[in-house]
Amino acid sequence: MISRRDFLQVSMAASAALGASGFGNWSRLAAQQALTQDQLLEFDTFGNVSLIHVTDIHAQLKPIYFREPSVNIGVGPNRGEVPHVTGADFRRLYGIDDGSPSHYALTSGDFAALAQAYGRVGGMDRVATVVNAIRADRPDALLLDGGDTWHGSYTCHHTQGQDMVNVMNALKPDAMTFHWEFTLGQDRVRELVEGLPFDALGQNIFDAMWDEPAERFKPYEFYERGGVKIAVIGQAFPYLPIANPGWMFPDYTFGIRDRHMQEMVDEVRAQGAELVVCLSHNGFDVDKKMAGQVSGIDVILTGHTHDALPEPVLVGDTILIASGSNGKFVSRVDLDVRDGQMMGFRHKLIPIFSDVIAPDPEMTRLIDEQRAPYIDQLTEVIGETEGTLYRRGNFNGTWDDLICDALMSERDAQIALSPGVRWGPSLIPGDKITREDIWNVTSMSYGEAYRNEMTGEFLKVVLEDVADNIFNPDPYYQQGGDMVRTGGLGYRIDVRAEQGSRISDMVLLETGEPIDPAATYVVAGWASVNEGTEGPMIWDVVENHIRQQGTIRTDVNTDVEVEGA
Amino acid sequence: MQFTRRETLALGAGAALMTVLPYRANAAVEDFVNEFTGGAEVAEGGVDLIAPEIAENGNTVPIEVAAEGASAIMVLAAGNPTPPVATFNFGPLAGASRAATRIRLAQTQDVIAIAKLADGSFARTSSLVKVTIGGCGG
Repeated sequence: MISRRDFLQVSMAASAALGASGFGNWSRLAAQQALTQDQLLEFDTFGNVSLIHVTDIHAQLKPIYFREPSVNIGVGPNRGEVPHVTGADFRRLYGIDDGSPSHYALTSGDFAALAQAYGRVGGMDRVATVVNAIRADRPDALLLDGGDTWHGSYTCHHTQGQDMVNVMNALKPDAMTFHWEFTLGQDRVRELVEGLPFDALGQNIFDAMWDEPAERFKPYEFYERGGVKIAVIGQAFPYLPIANPGWMFPDYTFGIRDRHMQEMVDEVRAQGAELVVCLSHNGFDVDKKMAGQVSGIDVILTGHTHDALPEPVLVGDTILIASGSNGKFVSRVDLDVRDGQMMGFRHKLIPIFSDVIAPDPEMTRLIDEQRAPYIDQLTEVIGETEGTLYRRGNFNGTWDDLICDALMSERDAQIALSPGVRWGPSLIPGDKITREDIWNVTSMSYGEAYRNEMTGEFLKVVLEDVADNIFNPDPYYQQGGDMVRTGGLGYRIDVRAEQGSRISDMVLLETGEPIDPAATYVVAGWASVNEGTEGPMIWDVVENHIRQQGTIRTDVNTDVEVEGA
Repeated sequence: MQFTRRETLALGAGAALMTVLPYRANAAVEDFVNEFTGGAEVAEGGVDLIAPEIAENGNTVPIEVAAEGASAIMVLAAGNPTPPVATFNFGPLAGASRAATRIRLAQTQDVIAIAKLADGSFARTSSLVKVTIGGCGG
């Protein structure tokens, strides 16, 4: 008799061989001829349940460019494992042809040239078209939003998330979970959550005073679809009060809480759940570890670390889906659930090529309504760029190089620190830089650009601490995100060393002198999690700098030397 | 350069959270263990210790300890200046040998729980809790 696990693997192998995963299909077809919407949406409806997953949209309502990382190092058990495979290695792993649409969508090489050929990606009106097409195949498909939705743009900031709530309500998800939403402040989050026409889930959102599950956020919800009783368990970002300002949401506490997750899985199974889906904002490596610790989850829809994977990753009997970020991808997962067991699946990561997928006119109108009051501010041109401006990468990106330059010149500092966040779209050579573009990579509710003195010793502590949050070999001790970006400061990092000894050879770039632990340096930065941080807003700092520069030139950044990758 | 009072305070708050190398169990901690066990052998595992992987606030870290039928559970913070945190004693009328509290952790370190079980034997579990500066989330 075939075991469930064997069945899953056979099903996966068969679908790969037949091209039924959809992925191999569109890449090959597209290499021969222009892409069409039908090809992108082509899917042989399977089983009796469909899941649609979007995550980490970061308030990107309109099509954008988004360059995937070329550096994404895995450590410990995840060294060399997806999603820590990039560029040509990634293309080889998944059989992606160079120059194909999937090359452009999933990897970073030749980005500027391919962006010219294939155009922008994302746009919630294109996402709506895809969601509607899947619903046409399977009217009761579950649409699940992994969070980081109400953050990341000029309009989202000025409406305190209302633009995204309006747009997502029109898309009609069944449930969502949370991360950056909480940086709107707990009162605003509660106000928005109370008005949602769908479920707000998080089994790890606890009341800080009582250390008990928070009242407004249910741990899970049941959905009856295709005759199957489905439980969706939410998992918010575990390290919200550490990675973001906890003082903005003092009533809440989080954490991974995998034992509580197991209790929830057991509870929903006992109540007859035939399919258990975890809608997670843990980050991929944390989810991968959790899948091995918690038994009984069929599907984890991962989020937070912004990875886009063309095939699910299997951990035991659990499949992990990674659906990218910024509205660039939608995942469709069809499942065959019989006799209370997941017997097989079919999956497709659908890239939202904005010139190929027709926008849904109603959604376009709704999006433009959200933007109309701000359109003059959004579209004002501040400068232009000669090179690609992008953010993703473990140690630097040209957007952050520009932000660090702006901090040092506008705040008259020797050293700049910029947070290693993974959100923020890209611009390609020759693009005008608008105010909207600047806000897309800087907007947040704690954007004050501080100016402080720090000793060399303290700077090392900062770098070591952040490095351990990324390169700790145990994923449960990682917070996701990337290394803090440095301007005016070079260093060497051994990613496989112990905490406290990864960073060496720190150099003040303006003089070429080693950083003296006892000396004091003037440091400018932004996005401090400390309450009471003062300074001008980072978007104003960057706008002033770009205005003065006119045209932005990008260089290869060699300030960080990496070992142990 | 000029510093406002607030900036100085903010900087001080950051400095107060400075982490040094994580403290693991050391000789002093073993002395406290021996005092509790009277030198008896201690088995690994058999105590439930629930602690966060990364503390949201090192000044108030929620932990929970439990061991079925235990008459006492001692909690040590291996990296604190004074490692003993608490010893919970459970009498015969206790509904469960379980206790939850909040503890203060000076830095990244192991939290250790040692239980005296019903049969008089001892069991030990530890959990690494990271105390970090934070910031820079994805």
